[in-house]
Order: sequence, then structure tokens, then C-alpha cells
Amino acid sequence: MFRNQYDTDVTTWSPTGRLFQVEYAMEAVKQGSAAIGLRSRSHVVLACVNKAQSELSSHQRKIFKVDDHIGVAIAGLTADGRVLSRYMRSESINHSFTYESPLPVGRLVVHLADKAQVCTQRSWKRPYGVGLLVGGLDESGAHLYYNCPSGNYFEYQAFAIGSRSQAAKTYLERRFESFGDSSREDLIKDAILAVRETLQGETLKSSLCTVAILGVDEPFHFVDQEAIQKVIDTFEKVPEEEEEEGEGEAGEGEAVAAAAAPAEQGGGGAGDVAPMEM
Amino acid sequence: MTKQHANWSPYDNNGGTCVAIAGSDYCVIAADTRMSTGYSILSRDYSKIHKLADRAVLSSSGFQADVKALQKVLKSRHLIYQHQHNKQMSCPAMAQLLSNTLYFKRFFPYYAFNVLGGLDEEGKGCVFTYDAVGSYERVGYGAQGSGSTLIMPFLDNQLKSPSPLLLPKQDSNTPLSEAEAVDLVKTVFASATERDIYTGDRLEIMILKADGIKTELMDLRKD
Repeated sequence: MFRNQYDTDVTTWSPTGRLFQVEYAMEAVKQGSAAIGLRSRSHVVLACVNKAQSELSSHQRKIFKVDDHIGVAIAGLTADGRVLSRYMRSESINHSFTYESPLPVGRLVVHLADKAQVCTQRSWKRPYGVGLLVGGLDESGAHLYYNCPSGNYFEYQAFAIGSRSQAAKTYLERRFESFGDSSREDLIKDAILAVRETLQGETLKSSLCTVAILGVDEPFHFVDQEAIQKVIDTFEKVPEEEEEEGEGEAGEGEAVAAAAAPAEQGGGGAGDVAPMEM
Repeated sequence: MTKQHANWSPYDNNGGTCVAIAGSDYCVIAADTRMSTGYSILSRDYSKIHKLADRAVLSSSGFQADVKALQKVLKSRHLIYQHQHNKQMSCPAMAQLLSNTLYFKRFFPYYAFNVLGGLDEEGKGCVFTYDAVGSYERVGYGAQGSGSTLIMPFLDNQLKSPSPLLLPKQDSNTPLSEAEAVDLVKTVFASATERDIYTGDRLEIMILKADGIKTELMDLRKD
């Protein structure tokens, strides 16, 4: 989309019925590094790519614990994401205090969405520039929601947001039907494989991704780096051994798909995503 | 013209006694499980001990509705602390928080008489004793509640170091072992139960150490 005379204010409609400031906010989400969520009937896994400003700095935290039964992964303006996480934590604590029971995930995302909508209808505010993947467990099972800066929210079996998320989404689309009955180990493996898709050829190391899981009898916690590396080792073979094993078949299939994917990556909006050399 | 007084009180006293003793690497927190009102018994099985954090356990006697409300507030504040600092609160930190929370309601107090027990930053046992509006002090042992007047003098006799002016010169107290502390607690409660009508039924003892919390129960006289 190009700059036009209807995009200065969030409270100005365009003649075609669009609020450009809100759409620009959604662009900000696409610029952030990738975040992925997937769920089975009993567990939800959130994963994200660790992006650091420079080699000297530490990477930004993109996955937050909201409560024992809810976690959130963000993409976009991480400062906005931090503020919204604090809001979610406070909502969860207040609900527990009043009702002595955990906040149902569906209620939380509605509160979040309403909060986001307010920013699309006040001339002195701006929309939040962050997309949130909210994963949680309540009486009705495991849920994964995506909250948009526009104030919309959707429930997903699996989803990916941020830059180069299309590759991860393609992978998830192929596999999501089996997620419902997946074991938690398979779910973690699928999450890491999806993260690998967004890296487009860059070797996957445990330092590059963060994974968190929550589920029945398992409060929200981060999967530690050694466990992630072990999962990576099962499918990321040393180059000479790429032809071995059934697992290698998945690795090769993805490598080919990833090579073909760069052509489609322009969907990110920013033309500066250079296809990796294979 | 004499001042008119309310014929309804927002407070009630549910009785009971709480004791805590600090050791070199452990803390013992104990309370009876009787909850009463007036001369009636409401429950023989009500726990007055609440775990606030891994290293901080609160035991409160007084008006249990206020105690429950106080405990909920502290639990929520602890959750916020954990989100912000990525770690649990230490016992001295929780002690300060409890004091501030109590003083916050200086002009409509929580009718709660608290004893906070746990491990400090160095892993040594610590006990903090409070009044209803938050005045607190770190001590080696403490007792609150209806049986406290019977128990405290005895604990002073057993645990307080003798005056430095005494002749012949005596050593300061040898540190109490965990087994000795638990035994002492059982003894004081058995005695308090004899003479305090609000103390009895069962004794709940929590032993807090660096590797976790153990709970022990002992029957007391039910009359």
C-alpha cells in the first residue's frame, strides 16, 4: 500500500472503507521476528526466533508467562507486547482473586481485543503494534488465539506470525490435522521444525529459538536449551549424513520446500527479505 | 452526653494459637486446628497455616475472615513479584510486604495476629512477629493467639539466652536441633490446650527447610 491522504489519523476512514493506520500497525507485526503457536488436545506450544540487535546484545524476550495456564508469544513492537503482557497478568491475577479459579483463555482474549479496539477509535491514541499468540488451557481444553492490532481475534489449531512466517504456516498447514492427538514431544518437535522453516536455510541451533509449553498437569514453563538441542539433533544431521534415516526424509523435504519458498516471501510487505543462497 | 456505640461489631475472634521457632537451617511453624466463635466450636479441622512462598509461611490467629482476605492479597502480590523479578520472594521481603499491607488498613485493621516463619537469604531460619497494624520485629521464636500468654513465658525460659550479667558466666544458648524444636512445640501446645479453651483438637506443624516443606500432625485434647 502506498502513502495517501487518508492515512494520517487512525480516526479517518478511506473512501474504500479502510483504516490505514490500523493496517500499518498490522504491517509492524509482519516486520517482527517470527513467533509460532500450535496446540493438541492437551498441550499448547509457543516458539519464537531469537533476534538480537547486534552480536553484542542479548535477544529480546518474546514469550511471556501470563499465568500457570496461559502463555503469550508476541511479534512486532516488543515494548507494546510487554505492556500488554503486564495487562494480561494483572487481569489473570484479579480474576483468580475474585473467583478463586483460573481465568478462561477465551475471556482474556476478548479483554485484549476490546483494549486494542479502543486504540482504533481514539484520535489521541495509536493502535498497538504487536500481534499476540495467546496459548492457554481451561475447562474447555487447550486453546490458541491470535490477537491482532485491529482488535480482531481468531482461534487456531496452529499459527505463525512475523517475518518469514509464511514458510512456517505452509509447514503447519501440511501437518495441523495430526496435532490434536500429538504427544507433547511431537508437538515440541513440530514447533521447532516450524521455526526452522522461517530461518530459510540458516542452520538451526538451540540458541536461535525459544520454546515454551503448557498443558494438562504441566504449568507454563520454558523448555530448556539442552532439551531443544536434543530435538534439533534428531533431524538436523551433519551435512554428509543428509541421506540417512526416516527423519532425514523430513529434513530433506523441508530443505527443498524452503528453497522454493523464497519466491513467495515477498508477502511480508518489506522487499528487503533477501532469499538465502542454498 | 455519652458517645453512642455500635451494637454490631465487624470483627469476631475465632481463637487458636500460632507458634514459630527459627533454627540454624530450618524453621518450625505450628498452629492448632480449632476454629471457634464465642463458646462454640466452628471446626476442629481448620488450618491456620498458609504457605505464601517457597521460603515464607504465614500463621495467623484472630478473625479468620480477615486472615483469609489478607492471605489472598499477599498471594496476589507475590505473583506480581514473581512476574517482575523472575524469582520467589525471600522471607524478609515478604515480612516487609506483610507489614505494609497491614498498615495500609491502619484505620480499619485486619484483625489478624500474625507469625511469619521461613528462611532468610542466607538459608538461616527466621521468624517475624506482628501486631494487628503491621509493627514487626525479627525474633528467634514467637507465639500469637489465645494461648500465647501461656506459651511465650515458657519459650522464653527455654530459648532466651541468659542475661550477660549472670554469675557464673553462662554460654549463650546452644543451637536447637530440628527434632528438639518440634518436640518443644508439641510440649507447649499440649500444655496450652490444658488451660486455654480455644486451643485444642489437632496440632499442625510445618517444618521449612531449604529442600522443601514437611508437615506433621498431632492430636490434642478435644475438650
